Amino acid sequence: MVFAFRRQADLWLLLTSPTVWALHFLACYILAAIHCAKAGESAELGAVRLWVIAFTVAALVVVAVTGANAFRHWGFGANDPPHDAPTAADRRRFIGYATLLVSALSFVAIVFTALPVLFVTDCR
Amino acid sequence: MTAGKPAPAPSAALFREQERRLGRTWETPKGWRYWSSVNNAQVGLWYTATSLAFFLFAGLLGLLIRAQLAVPDSTLLTAKFYNQVFTLHGTVMMFLFAVPILEAVAILIMPSMYAARDLPFPRLSSFGFWSFLIGGVFVCGSIFFNAAPDSGWFMYPPLATDTKQSGIGADIWLLGLSFIEIASIAAAVELIVGVLKCRPPGMRINMMPLYGWYVLIVGGMILFAFPPLIAGDILFEMERMADWPFFDAKRGGDPLLWQHLFWIFGHPEVYIIFLPSIALLAMIVPTFAQRPIIGYSWIVLAAVGTGFLSFGLWVHHMFATGLPAVSLGFFSAASEAVAIPTSVQIFVFIATVLAGRLIFSTPMLFATGALAIFVFGGLTGVMVALAPFDWQAHDTYFIVAHLHYVLIGGTVFPLIAGLYYFYPLVMRRVLSDRLGRIAFWLMFIGFNVAFLPMHFTGLRGMPRRVFTYPEGFGWEWLNLVSSIGAFVLAAGIAVIVYDVLWPRRAERRIKQNPWNAGTLEWLTTDAPWAVRTVPHVASRYPLWDDPDLARHVNEARYYLPDAAEEKRETLITTPLDGEPVQCLRLPGNSFVPMVAAIFIGASFVGTAFHFYWTSLAFGVVGVGVILYWLWTGTAIIPEKEQKDVGLGLKLPVYVSGSDSVGWWAMLITMLGDMSAFFSLVFGYFFFWTVHENFPPAGMDGPGVFWPSVAGAAGLAAWALMLAARRLNAMGSAMGLRAAIAVSVVLAALGAAALLYAPWVTELNPTLHSYPAIVWVLVLWTALHIALGMLMQLYCLARSFAGLLTTRYDIDIHNVVLYWHFAAITVAVTVAVIAFFPLAMRG
Repeated sequence: MVFAFRRQADLWLLLTSPTVWALHFLACYILAAIHCAKAGESAELGAVRLWVIAFTVAALVVVAVTGANAFRHWGFGANDPPHDAPTAADRRRFIGYATLLVSALSFVAIVFTALPVLFVTDCR
Repeated sequence: MTAGKPAPAPSAALFREQERRLGRTWETPKGWRYWSSVNNAQVGLWYTATSLAFFLFAGLLGLLIRAQLAVPDSTLLTAKFYNQVFTLHGTVMMFLFAVPILEAVAILIMPSMYAARDLPFPRLSSFGFWSFLIGGVFVCGSIFFNAAPDSGWFMYPPLATDTKQSGIGADIWLLGLSFIEIASIAAAVELIVGVLKCRPPGMRINMMPLYGWYVLIVGGMILFAFPPLIAGDILFEMERMADWPFFDAKRGGDPLLWQHLFWIFGHPEVYIIFLPSIALLAMIVPTFAQRPIIGYSWIVLAAVGTGFLSFGLWVHHMFATGLPAVSLGFFSAASEAVAIPTSVQIFVFIATVLAGRLIFSTPMLFATGALAIFVFGGLTGVMVALAPFDWQAHDTYFIVAHLHYVLIGGTVFPLIAGLYYFYPLVMRRVLSDRLGRIAFWLMFIGFNVAFLPMHFTGLRGMPRRVFTYPEGFGWEWLNLVSSIGAFVLAAGIAVIVYDVLWPRRAERRIKQNPWNAGTLEWLTTDAPWAVRTVPHVASRYPLWDDPDLARHVNEARYYLPDAAEEKRETLITTPLDGEPVQCLRLPGNSFVPMVAAIFIGASFVGTAFHFYWTSLAFGVVGVGVILYWLWTGTAIIPEKEQKDVGLGLKLPVYVSGSDSVGWWAMLITMLGDMSAFFSLVFGYFFFWTVHENFPPAGMDGPGVFWPSVAGAAGLAAWALMLAARRLNAMGSAMGLRAAIAVSVVLAALGAAALLYAPWVTELNPTLHSYPAIVWVLVLWTALHIALGMLMQLYCLARSFAGLLTTRYDIDIHNVVLYWHFAAITVAVTVAVIAFFPLAMRG
């Protein structure tokens, strides 16, 4: 469960945020594609835009939580990279730091994905 | 003894005795038996050499293209032959050079980076290589019979599905490449398990060489990118051979489905090619800056980020197909976002170079050239990621220029940097520095002279793929300049080929670490066992941080100093912390993988020529060979439970379930299998979205009853496999056998009921895309059940032979894992074909 703070910083944590990006991306694309295929070229996007915004808020929350989780594993920035010591603690800090970076990228990419519905209002 | 501290050196007599045993165990076979080798050093070398040979072949085709286009109204090549030349140029460069060479190089050098003796599945690598060679020769050879594919490397229907317009070449493309894609997935399995489980003790995930990170990500990408193309190939070939109208708009098909499936593969593929090449730079740059990389975590961010985002780009190849603007917007956004992680790694390299003391060697020269060219291509990429610009540039030479900038800058130049850098590791001599610099400048200047003008040719409206053009459009001198540049570029490559093929007599034999690099691959020696012992690792650049490490390794003071039983062995460690958990016995040299590849390859080749029965026979023999291979070479019961691997550490030899590498291989393979399956399911729902009524009126199949029977029987067969595993764990061999036997019967019943459903409701797959996609899903699922039955019978036989017992239970764990996925396949298929139409009708 993403919302519970994971005790272990592992590869699944690293992959969580980009996976959320992928799911969000697919959800937005599929929803719009089905709507426009079924409703026709001149149809308004209407509720699709609200759904995309809702998906976006939900996705951003999950990514933010993952990022916060990662921030904690990193040690709240108390130690600087490179985190290359042969210890379990540095391994945890490294995964936390990398997850934080990946979460930031995912956050930006999710916002990017949502932008078209702010400007495009119909299925043309 | 403290963990990881080197042991006292063995006596001189013992040291020599150990080397004799290691030598006998890892000896490279001589004479014709050389080709039975499965060791990564040989297989990786053959693989690399073969893909480079295909690169040169495709390069010659490229020169033919440029020769033809040098002047207007040229009659050097006919239109028909030109179509074959450009199709094969793209196809070979992408499928037979760019993707295979990443697998080849990884197989060749990655075990060395981990100081591992080999990857976990050497025979699988060997099988992959022979498959690649057979498929590649088949596809390339077709042009000598005027039968090469001629519809462009992405094979768009309806041109490529029309058997009158496109001849046997299209079948050769589909079947030859499908076969090679299977080899790629095999390599992905090998490399993912290799990265995660074959690291040296102590190498935690934060200390892994960056190359490992890239290979891990790319392996994962292959699993989700290649299967959609395999699914697409299946649909395509069914349309060409059996007239099932998946892409025929007249009968409810849609050519755009192919474009989706192709580019869901095709765009990530660009990054599948790019990331492992940039990974070479991530090894080269720190060595020649003589300092650790700055921003290791940022590289991980870049690899993970690019790996994911690259899957959100595929529609940017389809901007001109008339999709709604909002869809284009999503893909345009992702296409712009991917520039972020891509540029991060470039900044990391620049920062590392700036912070270190740069040694401007030949590899570094090529690395710098790579970055310059790639950045340029990346910037035009940002331009074409904008839909309105793309509409102008689509299918013009602007795109040709863009893709060559990213691919040659992102792949060819880094690979040549890698060639110069790793050549001493593999061939034990250095390539000429002088010739290398000449080659670089010829290539760099030639490349830019060839491809920079193409941007302008494209902006002046010249479409790609035309075999000639008339005078008067202002394209003449631009094309002539491009052609001259192409030959200069080729001259540069010829210099490298000369240096590799005709070594100078006074060649310099090299010492162990000629570049003074910091990573473990430079411990590799001439000896067949590669590294004398497997060290305990305590940093990212162990050779820099521990000046005594190489000496201790060579003095046999670390793990696996001996091969007491004269069996090939390597260490298995945990994915996160690199704790040693198993001493894995590796299979020895064998012709079996080669024979299996020959038979399976023959069945694909035969199918292309419509020899169906012969192909079936070859396929059955091929499966038989694979069964023999599994029976004799896997899950071998060891002579002892534990093995002393040195430094006082005792490790188990036989582990099963999720501890075993085989289980992981099955899991990874089945993830790939699932993505192929869900691509077919995607096809079903794609048709549903584009049709007003789907299923179309008047087609009442496959009903609910028989699919439900199939679903129930299939799931019961799966449940019984769970019971079989449990009974076996409880010590009941009879229980295991009984549960499997009943499960086999239920599975057969399930498959039969599934096939009977569309049969009895008379769904004719040639009439419409609906019955065709239902039949494909049913056949796919039935085939998976049949494979599952084959595995069940295998387990039964192993149990009766005493090779599958309560203690030695690798087989049943792996087969149950397969059945989890088979059960998902059955359940989803039944839900889609039987219950979805029901739900839609309300």
